[in-house]
Amino acid sequence: MLTFFGLLVATLAFGLLSTVVSAWYAGAEGASNARLITRNAISLVFPLPISHADRIRQVEGVSSLSWANWFGGIYKEPKNFFPQFAIQPESYLNAYPEYLLTETERTNFLKDRRAVVIGRKIANSYGLKVGDNLTLKGTIYPGDWEFQVAGIYEGRQTSTDTAQLFFHWEYLNEEAKRRNLPRAQNTTGVFIVQIAEPARAAEISLQVDSLFRNSAYETLTETEKAFQLGFVAMTEAIVVAIQIVSYVVILIIMAVMANTMAMTARERTGEYATLKALGFSPQFVAGLITAESLMLAVFGGLAGALITFPVARAFGDAMGTIFPVFEVARQTTWMQLILALVVGLVAAAIPAWRVSRIRIVEGLRAI
Amino acid sequence: MIELRHVSKRYKRGGQFVPVLHDLSLTVAGGEFLALMGPSGSGKSTLLNLIAGIDRPDSGEILIDGRDIARMNETELAQWRAQHVGFIFQFYNLIPVLTAFENVALPLQLTDLRDSEKKARVLNALTMVGLADRLDHTPSELSGGQQQRVAIARALITDPRIIVADEPTGDLDRQSAHDILGMLQGLNRDMGKTILMVTHDPKAAEHARRIVHLEKGQLEAGAAIAMPAPVTAPMKKTDAHF
Repeated sequence: MLTFFGLLVATLAFGLLSTVVSAWYAGAEGASNARLITRNAISLVFPLPISHADRIRQVEGVSSLSWANWFGGIYKEPKNFFPQFAIQPESYLNAYPEYLLTETERTNFLKDRRAVVIGRKIANSYGLKVGDNLTLKGTIYPGDWEFQVAGIYEGRQTSTDTAQLFFHWEYLNEEAKRRNLPRAQNTTGVFIVQIAEPARAAEISLQVDSLFRNSAYETLTETEKAFQLGFVAMTEAIVVAIQIVSYVVILIIMAVMANTMAMTARERTGEYATLKALGFSPQFVAGLITAESLMLAVFGGLAGALITFPVARAFGDAMGTIFPVFEVARQTTWMQLILALVVGLVAAAIPAWRVSRIRIVEGLRAI
Repeated sequence: MIELRHVSKRYKRGGQFVPVLHDLSLTVAGGEFLALMGPSGSGKSTLLNLIAGIDRPDSGEILIDGRDIARMNETELAQWRAQHVGFIFQFYNLIPVLTAFENVALPLQLTDLRDSEKKARVLNALTMVGLADRLDHTPSELSGGQQQRVAIARALITDPRIIVADEPTGDLDRQSAHDILGMLQGLNRDMGKTILMVTHDPKAAEHARRIVHLEKGQLEAGAAIAMPAPVTAPMKKTDAHF
């Protein structure tokens, strides 16, 4: 029973840790091959002049262009973290059809420069609804920034990030001029370049970057996926550590289970010897131990895999908007079950081999 | 017929070889009830194990109905045991998690019999040993004597020619021992089973037709004794094919 519980906990721990890793990669997983991101070649923290937009549009193969600027405001408390972007509304919403808004919400957002759209996860986490006023305290752009919620977007898929806030870049730009913030005037963080043929992504990226070579604002263009993976790479050590821990958990339970099976086999040596005396083959006796180990592992693994779903949901809710997407992937569930099977097989291997080779006369003395 | 020719066996203990049986020859006729007696370490259990095919001699031949079982490989020997030998152990060696019915049915898993035939055989065997009302009891719910009777039913279930019993009454009270020995006599007398029994108890040995003494791995003497009068009702052969 304790071993079963141990397996359940180990499988659950593996599932949760794997889901954390998946959540880390969620942005990259949801990225489109038809979108390129152009940023300042020196660093993402340096802005690009908005005038770059006209020149990028001229590149052959570019179908449309939008831009987004990281805002980095605080909603009530610093702990209430969620990404906020100043965007070019129409083109941005066209570039990201996975963010679903009703027609009314879309219209209301587009016509009001103080309007914001927020993801469903933010709305649920902070109890916000359409029409609510919302104030962000700027960290990069000082002062209080007043907004009104015009819409709450849903994700087209469960893997779509619904923990973001979008508002008008025009509003940020106007306010930057009014508040005398020269660094923020007529600039943006990234351009989102839509291309008609994803296969030409590398070629178009080079063309875009070549436009601004040797200028004061050189660019670096890459696919949205590579851009997102760049963020993951910054914290790769943590991700690798989590992955290692998840496999160490499995190794530990493998050792525990192997010990349990070894003890079980030792306690039942007399029974196995009796079975062999009655005419059962060594393979049959080894099969009994393997079957018992596998049954324990499969039931423990299955219970652990099943319980991962509600626990992950509760964990995701508790994490709020830190993990925009926290879904147990099908691949994770398969890995849990496969690893449980492997644990069962490995744990049974040595005891089964020993029992199959034990001499009947010696085994009968163990009674 | 069981024929042992110049059989020797030694075990390795603490890095040294200890001779257990030395150049032993013995013949046991089919349908005999033989008691093997001797002091501890005389080799009587080893001799029984060799005849039962659960141990191998270092040299010599063990001919059972003309076949030398010492030359069989593990698989052949396991099949031979399943078909020809029934085991009765001192401590019963029943599987604790199985019921009396399931324990008795165990050897039948190695046969091609239909389920209905298996069930009929098990019921008959347990009826024969007087445990028809204990089918669903696990060993822990049975007395020592009852457990040994389940073991006898298990030994009989495949209708073997030879039954080997290693101290079958060593763990039983006087009355239960008496019942078990009467049962073994019945199997020998009424069903023609060849029985080889190891015992320390001279009174138990008296139930056999012949007593053989072992001393330091060799036969000391062989004497045929008269079959005593039945002490229990004769075994009833039921409809099952035993």
